[in-house]
Amino acid sequence: MQDRPNIILQAKNITKKFGGVTALDNVTLDVHLGKVNVIVGENGAGKSTLMKILSGVYPDYEGELFLNGEEINFSNPKEAMQKGIAIIHQELNLIPYLSITENIFLGRELTTGFGFLDAQQMHEKVKVLLGRLHSDLNPKTLVSELRVGEQQLVEIAKALLEDAKVVIMDEPTSAISDSEVEVLFKIIASLKKQNVSILYISHKLDELFLIADRFIGLRDGKTVGVIEDPTDTKKDDLIKLMVGRAIENRFQKNQVVIGDELLRVENLSLQRANDKSRFLLKEINFSVHKGEVLGLFGLMGAGRTELLETLFGLHPKHSAGKVFIEKEEVTINSIMEAIKNGMGLVPENRKEDGLVLQMEIAKNISMVSVDSIIKNGFLNTKLETRLSTKYIESLQIKTPSEKQFSKNLSGGNQQKVVLAKWLAANPKILFLDEPTRGIDVNAKNEIYHLISNLAKDGLGIVVVSSELPEIMAISDRILVLSQSKITGEFNQENESEEAIMQAATA
Amino acid sequence: MTDVKSTLVKFQSIIALVMMCIVLMVLSDKFLTPENGWNIARQISINVCISVGMTLVILTKGIDLSVGSILAFSGAIAAGLLKYGLEIPSTNTYIGFTVFGAILAGLAVGGGLGVFNGWMITRFKVPSFVATLAMLAIARGATMLWTGGFPITGLGDNFAFIGTGWFLGIPMPVWITLIVIVLAVILTKKTKFGRHIYAIGGNESAARLSGININKVKVWVYAIAGILAAVGSIILTSRLDSAQPNAGMSYELDAIAAVVIGGTSLSGGRGSIMGTVQGALIIGVLNSGLVLLNVSPFWQQIIKGLVILIAVIMDRLNHSNEE
Repeated sequence: MQDRPNIILQAKNITKKFGGVTALDNVTLDVHLGKVNVIVGENGAGKSTLMKILSGVYPDYEGELFLNGEEINFSNPKEAMQKGIAIIHQELNLIPYLSITENIFLGRELTTGFGFLDAQQMHEKVKVLLGRLHSDLNPKTLVSELRVGEQQLVEIAKALLEDAKVVIMDEPTSAISDSEVEVLFKIIASLKKQNVSILYISHKLDELFLIADRFIGLRDGKTVGVIEDPTDTKKDDLIKLMVGRAIENRFQKNQVVIGDELLRVENLSLQRANDKSRFLLKEINFSVHKGEVLGLFGLMGAGRTELLETLFGLHPKHSAGKVFIEKEEVTINSIMEAIKNGMGLVPENRKEDGLVLQMEIAKNISMVSVDSIIKNGFLNTKLETRLSTKYIESLQIKTPSEKQFSKNLSGGNQQKVVLAKWLAANPKILFLDEPTRGIDVNAKNEIYHLISNLAKDGLGIVVVSSELPEIMAISDRILVLSQSKITGEFNQENESEEAIMQAATA
Repeated sequence: MTDVKSTLVKFQSIIALVMMCIVLMVLSDKFLTPENGWNIARQISINVCISVGMTLVILTKGIDLSVGSILAFSGAIAAGLLKYGLEIPSTNTYIGFTVFGAILAGLAVGGGLGVFNGWMITRFKVPSFVATLAMLAIARGATMLWTGGFPITGLGDNFAFIGTGWFLGIPMPVWITLIVIVLAVILTKKTKFGRHIYAIGGNESAARLSGININKVKVWVYAIAGILAAVGSIILTSRLDSAQPNAGMSYELDAIAAVVIGGTSLSGGRGSIMGTVQGALIIGVLNSGLVLLNVSPFWQQIIKGLVILIAVIMDRLNHSNEE
């Protein structure tokens, strides 16, 4: 007979909306005391949002939170910390040129009676904390001298200083080496013995079995299932928990005849800039044809964006391999050469990398093809207006005029401006990195139709997306990336969410 | 109502300028005379040349602190070559310089130092503030070496014509400045290069991903800033009939002030040449007016500082919705 589980943290009917988008829909979640509670779910399932609510980053939400049976409502992360809930973010938040001790005591420094820092006492305390984590690091070491795994340890020590009862870890193994993962798992085990509860998020399904005491599945902002006893659980069961997300107005791609080969990639690889022994891309081989939409799927950190960037000439110093355009080998060592060879890239962050927000739409649209609006050596306003109105009409960009500043457009229309910028340059191959991120459902559908029509016009299109239903709907063929390699290829006949997710977590 | 407001905002520099002129007209009967008008125009012509170059630099989100020193060095080079020519001791050759040749050499030196600035900034990723601060010291030291610390004077009537002569009833420095302004307006508004400057300042990452050669544009921008500093040096040297080793001290500050008062954003991508010209006019009229009104030089400094602050605060308020 099993004891009634001891629930330390409980979320009841949590709903969180961003504008019109519901990120969490009536989520209920129990965190069991002294256990490793693992949340699994696809990108965008709502995991991060939930963690941010639990750790006080988002103070507004519907629903209730209970810590040890007592209702809580944090207005900021500091309050959550004080109550004993700490979060270790995917990106570590340490200050590189301060020591371990200075980082751990940041904002809560101990002082002597005269108001000076009591370095002695702080160092001692940090030594004790690090001892609890079986580490013999010198507390005076600068954080910049630590490896990523060690920095993570400092973050955990920071959480323990506040006597954290619940430690939330968001993808803690994504940036550390295998041996460091081992160390981390030992630390997690010893934290458990000290009755600290862990809430753990990761995409790396295989390693989860080493530490998980229970699994919670999250999908489309809803809790879809809990596995209390993982002894008999297999990877397939987890994948079933993850996939099956709904897509509104399921889109069907135009059926087109796939034409000649446009792009072929042979043995492409990309090394880490700071660590030549590690690869961001390894032995990548594929081709794209006229009229084809090739989907690139992979979980966070699989190398999708890196693949597009490498082909587009962003990492010439660290990449190797052959690229063929229309069956002729080309060398692309710069973005300019990529454009000359008929490539275009719609980047993932349109505000940071796609648009000059304070420039007019017309000027953004003509940015790549500026030579086409030059007459007698000077920029010609008439030609520029003609060019931009052509794309404003054909892509149905909603704006009062082509002179409108790009920053005043909605996300979907901004994305169309970025698309227009590339279409104006008459590319043969378009790379689209998360083309529908952060835009509403209707605009998403419009973008799907645009992609489909462009392919029909003979372009080769490579789309990166982390939304499985989306990529299945718009692609003729799907390549799956996992840990820097291609781990699967699917076409419309043999694709299924389970199979793709299986490859993505391989 | 918003139209009225946006029009006011658009023309705020001109409105400020006109208001200043009206106040000065009332307070001093010497302000609105042709002599004083040409005086102001001549005085600001050097600052306008430098400020135009500074505008391009600031539009790309950079800064150029070296323009004052570059001005001194290129002026000294032009004056030295004109007066003494170039002697190469080991080969026993002597090269004499005409007025035209000396000016060209001065401009080339200014452009060359600008290219060096741009090269440091793009190739070695030295922040523009630091690279041009170093050049501020280097070019000043080079000026001292070249002149031995003494002014080079007595440059002849032909050379003096550039700074003191008149053509079609307008002083030569004003002609030169007008040409610089017109070329710069065309460059920024009507050429691919100008468009790239705005794109880089507005969002360097998006500009790079659009295939714009960021480094090339930036090197050119610093080169132009150097050349325009040299243009200013020719006017100054000619007007004084003398290349002073300490010429152009703190001119970079006046130039930055003109750019900022003219509404160009220090965070890049927004601003215009005509705005800068208005900024330079405001500073010029203010300087001249305060002198006419016998305001103590100490107070003049304080007032100038306050005007810069007011201009930037107004600009912040008008664009507060952007950040």
